[in-house]
Amino acid sequence: MTMKPTTRGLILLAVVLAALPLALPNAYYYDVAIRIAINACVAIGLNLLIGYTGQISLGHAGFFGIGAYASAILTAHYGWPPGLALLAGGTATGALAFAVARPILKLKGHYLAMATLGLGIILSIVIVNETAITGGPDGMSVDAFSVLGLPIAGDGAWYCAVAVLLILVTKTALNLIDSPAGRALQAIHGSEIAARVAGVDTTAFKVRIFVLSAVLASVMGSLTAHYVGFLTPGVAGFFHSIELVTMVVLGGMASVFGSILGAAVLTMLPQLLSALEGWETVVFGLILMLTMIFLPRGIVPTLRLKLAKREN
Amino acid sequence: MLPDFLQFLFSGVTVGAMYALAALGFSLIYNASGVINFAQGEFIMLGGMSAAFLAQAGIPLPLAIGLAVLIAAAVGLLVEKLAIEPAGNAEVVTLIIITIGASLTLRGLVQVFLGKATHALPAFSGEAPIAILGATLLPQSLWVIGVSVALVAALAAFFGGTRLGKAMLATAHNKLAAQLVGVNTRFILLFSFGLSAALGAMGGILVAPITYTSYDVGIMMGLKGFVAATLGGLGSGVGAIAGGLLLGVVEALTAGYVSSAYKDATPFVLILLILFFLPQGLFGKKTTDRV
Repeated sequence: MTMKPTTRGLILLAVVLAALPLALPNAYYYDVAIRIAINACVAIGLNLLIGYTGQISLGHAGFFGIGAYASAILTAHYGWPPGLALLAGGTATGALAFAVARPILKLKGHYLAMATLGLGIILSIVIVNETAITGGPDGMSVDAFSVLGLPIAGDGAWYCAVAVLLILVTKTALNLIDSPAGRALQAIHGSEIAARVAGVDTTAFKVRIFVLSAVLASVMGSLTAHYVGFLTPGVAGFFHSIELVTMVVLGGMASVFGSILGAAVLTMLPQLLSALEGWETVVFGLILMLTMIFLPRGIVPTLRLKLAKREN
Repeated sequence: MLPDFLQFLFSGVTVGAMYALAALGFSLIYNASGVINFAQGEFIMLGGMSAAFLAQAGIPLPLAIGLAVLIAAAVGLLVEKLAIEPAGNAEVVTLIIITIGASLTLRGLVQVFLGKATHALPAFSGEAPIAILGATLLPQSLWVIGVSVALVAALAAFFGGTRLGKAMLATAHNKLAAQLVGVNTRFILLFSFGLSAALGAMGGILVAPITYTSYDVGIMMGLKGFVAATLGGLGSGVGAIAGGLLLGVVEALTAGYVSSAYKDATPFVLILLILFFLPQGLFGKKTTDRV
């Protein structure tokens, strides 16, 4: 019996996630692993939009920020249970994304990049300026997460939660791509007009995948807020949007597992570079340029191409 | 009423002139290659910072300004040679990330070698404000507007009257056809980066006496230059100038009449509204795709 490569990948992911705690020596490494898993979920959602459907977004940190601040504000100022706040943030993000999706996704190429970038920056400026509820540039602290009154605390609990979530998101994304809807999305990437001629309601599909990726970013934003316990407007900023897009492109456009790898690299890199005292930005910029110049397709597709060549 | 309005208008046109120069830089590179250069803002920063440091080192102001423009232009050429040319025909989003990488590298280098402090460049001809109808105008504003107008006129003459300028227009119109008639489009791209960097740097130098400069001013200025270029329609020279001025004025009026905290959000609200109704910007050409 032969297994599909994606099934093999999914099993490998599950094994790695299950075995990782054995290899993580202390809380610091747990922390990095948890952040990687969270970023990977956002990147997979964004890859569905950018890599599979071919619609760029330079503003997804804005949606991440809505989720994060909705959770922080609703739990801290209004005493909402964290689960409900997370749902409210996701719903608000979904509504906003749905409202702007049609006019924005009508745009193409750099105009689409401009519009999504603008949307993200507006959201982050609102967060910086509304100091009374968001704490402004100083940030605000967030309570621990709890489900039905039971708190999720400690690295072990958080690791299990985000690992399960990552497997679920990966599985869902792989199923989606394999479904008729996924083929429609890829047809839009190939040629929007041809897809429309073939009977795909391109607008509806673009709107749905935009909303889906935005809500996923928002939910992960909510979880990040509770996990880190402290929020600053940077989570919604332009640079965070760029980091998310880079995870997708570096790992590989239209590769779900690539997004996980991209998230891992981009999350670990600043940690490794923090030892450089002042040179972090320079080195980060150089690595960004060099990898994009030498691996323009991203890590996973380049490796896949190399393997395929060797087999022939 | 009127003095207030005039005051906002003056500051809007001053900043708008710099946005227009930055937007022209975006359009030049976009026309030569289809690339949106996210490092454009760093050229603005490099111009202002280099001029400020050279002037502080005792070099006469005109010479410091000339050197600063040359430094920025040289960096622009380097960015093209080392980052854009090796990437070849990569996808749009890959090129966007490469230019963002370049912008981080430049910003980081300036931060390491010149520090995080804010610097001011002396005003070109005194700081005594000129009173006009109850509003005041800084002499530096006249410099900003005057030099920008002169630069635009020089660019117009360059595109209309020189072989190189015409070759650039031909490349913008149809790269393949330009190659076929013997235009070296690779050189055009390199030259566009140098020219864009020089224009951006000039803008950064002109406003540095008014707005001050530091290693991180390039981010917002670059993004606003991108907004201005998109507002007018990517690749359109007239559009870039109109977009820049419109952006500066709307921003100043918002800061004056609505909220200064939300000043930085204005360009992005404006561009979203415009793109919702005019997906090609104000002066952009409607394109058709072959399938």
